[in-house]
Amino acid sequence: MTEHVVDVAGLSRRFGQKVALDEVSFVASAGRIYGLVGANGAGKTTLIKHLLGLLRAKSGSVRVFGRDPVRDPVGVLRRVGYLSEERELPEWMRIDELMRYTQAYHPSWDMGYADDLLDTFNLDRAKKVKELSKGMRAQTGLVAAVAHRPDLLILDEPSTGLDAVVRKDILDAIIRTVADDGRTVIFSSHLLEEVERMSDHVTMIHNGRVALEGSVESIRDAHQRSSVTFAERLDEAPKIDGALSTEGGGRSWSVVHNGSIERFRQSVAQLGGEVVQSRDATLEEIFIARVGRGRLSAEAE
Amino acid sequence: MDITITVADGVPIYRQIVNQIRYMVASRLLEPGEEIPPIRTLALQLKVTPNTIVKAYDELETAGIVRKRRGAGTYVSEEGASPLASRERRRIIEQRVDALLAEAHQLDFTADDVLGVFRRRQAEMGRKANPKLSMEKER
Repeated sequence: MTEHVVDVAGLSRRFGQKVALDEVSFVASAGRIYGLVGANGAGKTTLIKHLLGLLRAKSGSVRVFGRDPVRDPVGVLRRVGYLSEERELPEWMRIDELMRYTQAYHPSWDMGYADDLLDTFNLDRAKKVKELSKGMRAQTGLVAAVAHRPDLLILDEPSTGLDAVVRKDILDAIIRTVADDGRTVIFSSHLLEEVERMSDHVTMIHNGRVALEGSVESIRDAHQRSSVTFAERLDEAPKIDGALSTEGGGRSWSVVHNGSIERFRQSVAQLGGEVVQSRDATLEEIFIARVGRGRLSAEAE
Repeated sequence: MDITITVADGVPIYRQIVNQIRYMVASRLLEPGEEIPPIRTLALQLKVTPNTIVKAYDELETAGIVRKRRGAGTYVSEEGASPLASRERRRIIEQRVDALLAEAHQLDFTADDVLGVFRRRQAEMGRKANPKLSMEKER
């Protein structure tokens, strides 16, 4: 029997008047890394909270390891590791106390692995959580999230506000989780270069809906970035078939587009232009073309 | 193994890895029979999903450039390494020439113009390189 690690179908959720999730479906299989991208407030964290059983599905269904995380939190959470941007850790605990506390909830806790990681990160076990820097908190949260070798590791904006060294520690933990015994990782990030390198599959959420999803390769295959030159200067952006965004001015424009390349070329020719150069668009270019530059830069701050 | 990945230019990451390993084999930076890094090691080094390395190695194996030994790592192919290397070297040069011709076309140079520039630059580089060459001979 092949069972999906995560199976979300038709999940909708409102907070008051605001639609947070609208008919979202999301499936994750073992041995792969899933990237969730979207602007702030797009619905990524709401989706993740449903996977953890922190929110109950109002309509639609959520299954993790075939179980409902709200009805069977123990069955689900003992196999899940979770690290959030807020890194909600008990402030008054020492690191070694936090490790023992976390271990108590996870029968599969690997003390040797936890010790190795604490040593690698140079963390002083006698320090209290409230005394830790932002980077050290992230590292501590990471050890607590992975030392029971979870079948599913979920990270919500793990890299936000961290320096390159700690970001590298987090990426290493993700890679090890998948490479060592084919476990599964879901992570959300606004660092699109990171998502492009690290994900096998990308889900782009926009205004609570799945705007785009697929393997990184299929998404990039379907989107091109082309430089287009026109014989005459254009005062406003040309309306080309398949264009998602058109930037530039005068005779030269750069266009992110999807759909048939042939149709795109014909459309450019009809407008009196020529395609000078085309290549696959990067995830970042696709995201900006679909969601808008303003949203991304607001997100990056 | 020194591989550089960039996501800026739109070339899929597994293809960048394939191309760079092909280049290393063709130029003998990697010798026939030499082991290339395990999937996990290269994934950690490049900070990419391990499945991308799997895909790159699969493609290199299909092309006959590497060979997997079950549970014992991945090695540069022994057999056919030299004809492969010569084909590969030609392929790399052809790709460069194709790019040059495309650029020349954009800039309105004929193939003869390009050849002229090629010979002139070659002569100039020869003149610069020669003193060094003769010094090495004397040593």
